Amino acid sequence: MTGARTLFDKLWDAHVILTREDGESLLWVDRHFVHEGSHHAFRTLDQRAATVAEPALTFGVADHYVPTRGRPVIADPEIAGMVARLSDNAARHGFRLFGLDDPSQGIVHVVGPEQGLTLPGLLIVCGDSHTSTHGAFGAYAFGIGASEVAHVLMTQTLWQRKPKRMRITVDGHLGAHVGAKDLALHVIAAIGADGARGHAVEYQGAAIRALSMEGRLTLCNMSIEAGARCAMVAPDETTFAYLRGRPFAPAGALFDRAVAAWRGLAGDPDAVFDRDIRLDAAAVAPTVTWGTSPEEALPVTATAPSPEAGDPARAATVAAALDYMGLTPGMRLDAIAVDRVFIGSCTNGRLDDLRAAAAVLKGRRAVVPGLVAPGSLAVKRAAEAEGLDRIFIEAGLTWADPGCSMCVGMNGDIVPAGERCASTTNRNFRGRQGPGSRTHLMSPAMVAAAAVTGRLTDVRDLTEPDREA
Amino acid sequence: MQPFTRLEARACPLGLANVDTDQLIPARFMSRPRTAGYGTFLLHDLRFGPDGAPVPGFVLDDPRRAGARILVARRNFGTGSSREAAVYALVDYGIACVIAPSFGDIFASNAVKNGLLPATVTEDDAESLLAAIEAEPETPVCVDLTAQTIAAGDRAIAFAIDPVRRLQLLNGWDDIDLTLRHAAEIAAFARTRRTEAPWIVPGHGG
Repeated sequence: MTGARTLFDKLWDAHVILTREDGESLLWVDRHFVHEGSHHAFRTLDQRAATVAEPALTFGVADHYVPTRGRPVIADPEIAGMVARLSDNAARHGFRLFGLDDPSQGIVHVVGPEQGLTLPGLLIVCGDSHTSTHGAFGAYAFGIGASEVAHVLMTQTLWQRKPKRMRITVDGHLGAHVGAKDLALHVIAAIGADGARGHAVEYQGAAIRALSMEGRLTLCNMSIEAGARCAMVAPDETTFAYLRGRPFAPAGALFDRAVAAWRGLAGDPDAVFDRDIRLDAAAVAPTVTWGTSPEEALPVTATAPSPEAGDPARAATVAAALDYMGLTPGMRLDAIAVDRVFIGSCTNGRLDDLRAAAAVLKGRRAVVPGLVAPGSLAVKRAAEAEGLDRIFIEAGLTWADPGCSMCVGMNGDIVPAGERCASTTNRNFRGRQGPGSRTHLMSPAMVAAAAVTGRLTDVRDLTEPDREA
Repeated sequence: MQPFTRLEARACPLGLANVDTDQLIPARFMSRPRTAGYGTFLLHDLRFGPDGAPVPGFVLDDPRRAGARILVARRNFGTGSSREAAVYALVDYGIACVIAPSFGDIFASNAVKNGLLPATVTEDDAESLLAAIEAEPETPVCVDLTAQTIAAGDRAIAFAIDPVRRLQLLNGWDDIDLTLRHAAEIAAFARTRRTEAPWIVPGHGG
């Protein structure tokens, strides 16, 4: 034995095939998700006349480029070709595809968990940085580039150097109408967009234990925006209850056997982390981004920063962000008018997220246009079964089909140049939602509040107007 | 992959922190096959205005920096998505080395797999290098991977890179060929893994 181990140490050890003298380890991959954007990797396979090593552990999802309206027609021939190429590769290499015509289609990081493909203890990779999402189940999950996708397709393994270990403990309880997204933005603002670079993050503490699986998925999803190599929450009863009965999860006696093994996926009490961060959940406010990096986030009650006020080395970056976003230093964030809203993405496209937004929108009207793209067709059906679609439509928003949609704009769902969008997505980079678009990241409830007032708004002003500020 | 040992070329200063992958290549270009090259998409929306016209004075188009093969930036270069296309855009444009105080993890990994050197320097050295190449745009910068040094004018700066990545770049190694030599160990591990955790293989489902 190697002494006291963290959860990450245990996940790492369980997947090491061999370690070279130079410290690089060859890791076994339990689950590989591919999408229509993985075309470069499949081309590498073709060039080598290679096949997929483990088709039974490989799953395809059409999500990045798919249309969210007018299906099954794909108007753009280039996109139609990409989606068809993914289908061809799935058929040729014999792996299961959640294609455009599949009743379980959706965003890869929504489909994996809800289908029970994402399980505790697995090593999961995908050619998408938000693969960190799956760590919510106590899995070792991370995004890889096209060369590594090709490597996994051909060998079901990856070379990695062991990352450092960081623990983020969140004590106490999140306030009313403050959720996992606010916590994630709060953490990123505190440690920076590269604050967790080179680290495997484990979240611990009472506030984390209290989160639903959806909340944990949001938090682990956003951890890549702090630069984390991966992020995780040790599995518990919440995890096991979520997984029981999922289509691809083990069933019957095998499920019980799996749960017994998963209960061992916790760090030893005296395990040591390379970095330790501790936060008080009560200090987390409804949070929004003002700039062009997720670290440029503040409570909605704050004002836009001044380039001169902070670190001189950062002044140019802050000034450029304010200029791009069309903001003036010192202006109130809740005075910022928005042109449209977007609810969806692998960060906040799950049923809990849609419920939170609908709770604010119920009986109210949006004063700006907006798009709601559920994270999967399963989420869409569940939302419709409880009437959430009616709430969004009656509020004046557009209810669409699932895909990455306006988070990345690849399918044509974009924010027009110069327009400002309150968005439940994960990146406020320049032009992320379309050339010249301006993005403010926030929670689903906060996006709903912005839709109702037409400006960034503290959702608590709508839901509990009598509270003390 | 071409080995990387030493590079002497002009350098472009990109004095921003958090130059993210959406800046390096906007998503809308990534559906294209690479055969035609991704170089024209590099930093596209910083380089060209909404009408497609070049942004006056953008550093890549400064004639004094023609043929530049080195980029110098502030911290957290390549943050964001896993898109290897961000590296393709740099490589196809002609960039062979990016110098910055830190890099996004996935970006750095993708870079090495395409023969692009991510050279990590201190914040202070990045600032002094930015100032030097701003002042003397035509003076070449010399990056020596064997010695792990950067020379710009009379400045000599050490840079850091993971030793394994350094060797991969120096030798132009391909991971897949190395891995396939371990086929027997991989197969043995796969058998054990399936026995000990049979639920890793989904047995049924819709």
